[in-house]
Amino acid sequence: MLSVSNLHAEVDGKAILKGLSLDVPAGEVHAIMGPNGAGKSTLSYVLTGRSGYDVTDGGATLDGEDLLALAPNERAAKGVFLSFQYPLEIPGVPALTFIRTALNAQRKARGEAEITAPAFLKLARTKAAELKIDFDMLKRALNVGFSGGEKKRMEIFQMAMLSPRFLILDETDSGLDIDALRIVADGVNALRSPERAMLIITHYQRLLDYIKPDRVHVLAGGRIVASGGPDLALELEREGYDKYARAA
Amino acid sequence: MAAVKQTVEHVASLEKYKHGFVTDIEQDFAPKGLNADIVRFISAKKDEPQWMLDWRLDAFERWLAMDEPDWAKVSFPKIDYQDSYYYAAPKTKTGPLSLDEVDPDILETYKKLGIPLREQEVLAGVVGSPKYAVDAVFDSVSVVTTFKKELAQVGVIFCSMSEAIREHPELVKRYLGTVVPVSDNYFACLNAAVFSDGSFVYVPPGVRCPMELSTYFRINAENSGQFERTLIIADKGAYVSYLEGCTAPMRDENQLHAAVVELIVLDDAEIKYSTVQNWYPGDPVTGKGGIYNFVTKRADCRGDRSKVSWTQVETGSSITWKYPSCILRGNESSGEFYSIAITNGRQQADTGTKMIHLGTNTRSRIISKGISAGRSSNTYRGLVSAHPKAKGARNFTQCDSLLIGKHCAAHTVPYIEARNGQAKFEHEATTTRLSDDQLFYAMQRGLSQEEAVQLLVNGFVKEVLQELPMEFAVEAQKLVAISLEGSVG
Repeated sequence: MLSVSNLHAEVDGKAILKGLSLDVPAGEVHAIMGPNGAGKSTLSYVLTGRSGYDVTDGGATLDGEDLLALAPNERAAKGVFLSFQYPLEIPGVPALTFIRTALNAQRKARGEAEITAPAFLKLARTKAAELKIDFDMLKRALNVGFSGGEKKRMEIFQMAMLSPRFLILDETDSGLDIDALRIVADGVNALRSPERAMLIITHYQRLLDYIKPDRVHVLAGGRIVASGGPDLALELEREGYDKYARAA
Repeated sequence: MAAVKQTVEHVASLEKYKHGFVTDIEQDFAPKGLNADIVRFISAKKDEPQWMLDWRLDAFERWLAMDEPDWAKVSFPKIDYQDSYYYAAPKTKTGPLSLDEVDPDILETYKKLGIPLREQEVLAGVVGSPKYAVDAVFDSVSVVTTFKKELAQVGVIFCSMSEAIREHPELVKRYLGTVVPVSDNYFACLNAAVFSDGSFVYVPPGVRCPMELSTYFRINAENSGQFERTLIIADKGAYVSYLEGCTAPMRDENQLHAAVVELIVLDDAEIKYSTVQNWYPGDPVTGKGGIYNFVTKRADCRGDRSKVSWTQVETGSSITWKYPSCILRGNESSGEFYSIAITNGRQQADTGTKMIHLGTNTRSRIISKGISAGRSSNTYRGLVSAHPKAKGARNFTQCDSLLIGKHCAAHTVPYIEARNGQAKFEHEATTTRLSDDQLFYAMQRGLSQEEAVQLLVNGFVKEVLQELPMEFAVEAQKLVAISLEGSVG
């Protein structure tokens, strides 16, 4: 699925990623943990093609295709989805309109027919119910006036609607109370499948109690400095990142 | 990001202004320049009665004594009024024709513009879709007006101004120049002297006009100005919805469009006036060419409980300078102004409204959405005033500006005058920048850069688009998208 090799990237001329390599095979969930400033969010932005994040060396492929050569929307159409750490507010555009426009843009890019209005609404009702989202909220302007927790839930709702193949969750647990966290985790777990892969970026181990990773990586100083099973997350929770931060 | 660059290049290569073609037909011109003989020439061409000619000559005399105003936040080289043609008409017989007699090239022009002039074309549209009648004005003359018979059955008069002067002189004499007096301002005065054509509407008491009325203005001839004059009267208890659309070819020189629109609304009547202005905006890089759109539009809510609603979508013109206004004379009369003004490239817009509260318990509402992109400048200028007698006057104003890119400007200049203690005015204003973060967010979900801009901008202007008649709202939405193509990246 995703293969990142020797990735170097800089922001405003400052090197952030310094030779990051990572493989996430289809069907697996990998967690990326690390101290503040290690480059976790930078990795998510480089993979999704945000401007201002310049790749200076190395590369990333999705199913063998050069991901970095594609525009952000082309990557989205290939099935790359980022659940934002800070979701943006879109005034005047109802959440449903936004998602339907995005879904149809993706389908068009893939050469598929647009989804019909009834089919879209049916899908939206089902997914909203699963994520315990009040349907009326979807008629409001996307994220405008939503609480932190509502915004995060809306990210997972968008994810469920767009049905991506490669999912990146950037600090999805921040701002969520324990009930919301469970709902969000259920939503994410529902998307686990042999055809999909996930990258979960998190600072704390808490989210991983609900979304069990297959592998855990420690990102420090712009590189993966350690990898292991789920136990590694527990160790980090106990002992902190100091050891790795120093090693980097 | 090679792909993004590619997208931007692709968009840049698109033809920005799709109405920029020229129709090659034989035309009749008045000699170049402006003097009393030209005024006589125009009047004679139109077979006008003496009183109309006298009115024009009086206006011309007054105009000679006036100076061009300079208070708007727009700049342009001095206009040489002698270097323009004041009358251009397709070379056929004058006056409205039956469709079969209209030059096929002109019909083709309107077809290219997507405007159905054949009634059966309208009727052949989607079943159940509302009909609308069209008055097509090509340079200085009205070439055809559709659905006249059907409208006449309910007593609605919809015809060209020239025809109204000949056929309904009593109505024209009673109302022309009563809302925008001859010497109201420099451009209105010039219009009074040389106005060529325009639309005339009269809706009799108690009649609800059975269809949308619309006029499409097309400037085609080179070096010519367009000076149309529109007069709409809604008699007691009447209702009419009217839409005007405007386009012009791409030309290197600036062309002056100085129109006057007068609305008269009597007791319990309502006029809804919508404009989709898409004149050629000039070259986006050099700013060369484009229309100077210096227009005076005013509604007089003479009757009690009368109502006027102005909705405008301003996307074209090199310079837009206009303030559709409401004189709220009748008690409990109300005025609304909904505006989307988009400037891109080197365009300049100074637009807004005046709400003049004279009667008691009058109400007004202003929603203005300005979008600036490229190196353009966009100014909202608005006056809300309450006369001492306008007890209980209320106004709500909301002015939002959206900036796209780093080289554009937005200004908001509100004037508020409350001359009695019982008026209640509210004013809200915001200025925001279309953020890269929002664009990236939308693109990450699958939208191309252009689609993302379009979606975000449509969200910004939604409140105003909702005010347009349904079939034009879709057009306007597309127009908004086209106007902003290539504004990011």
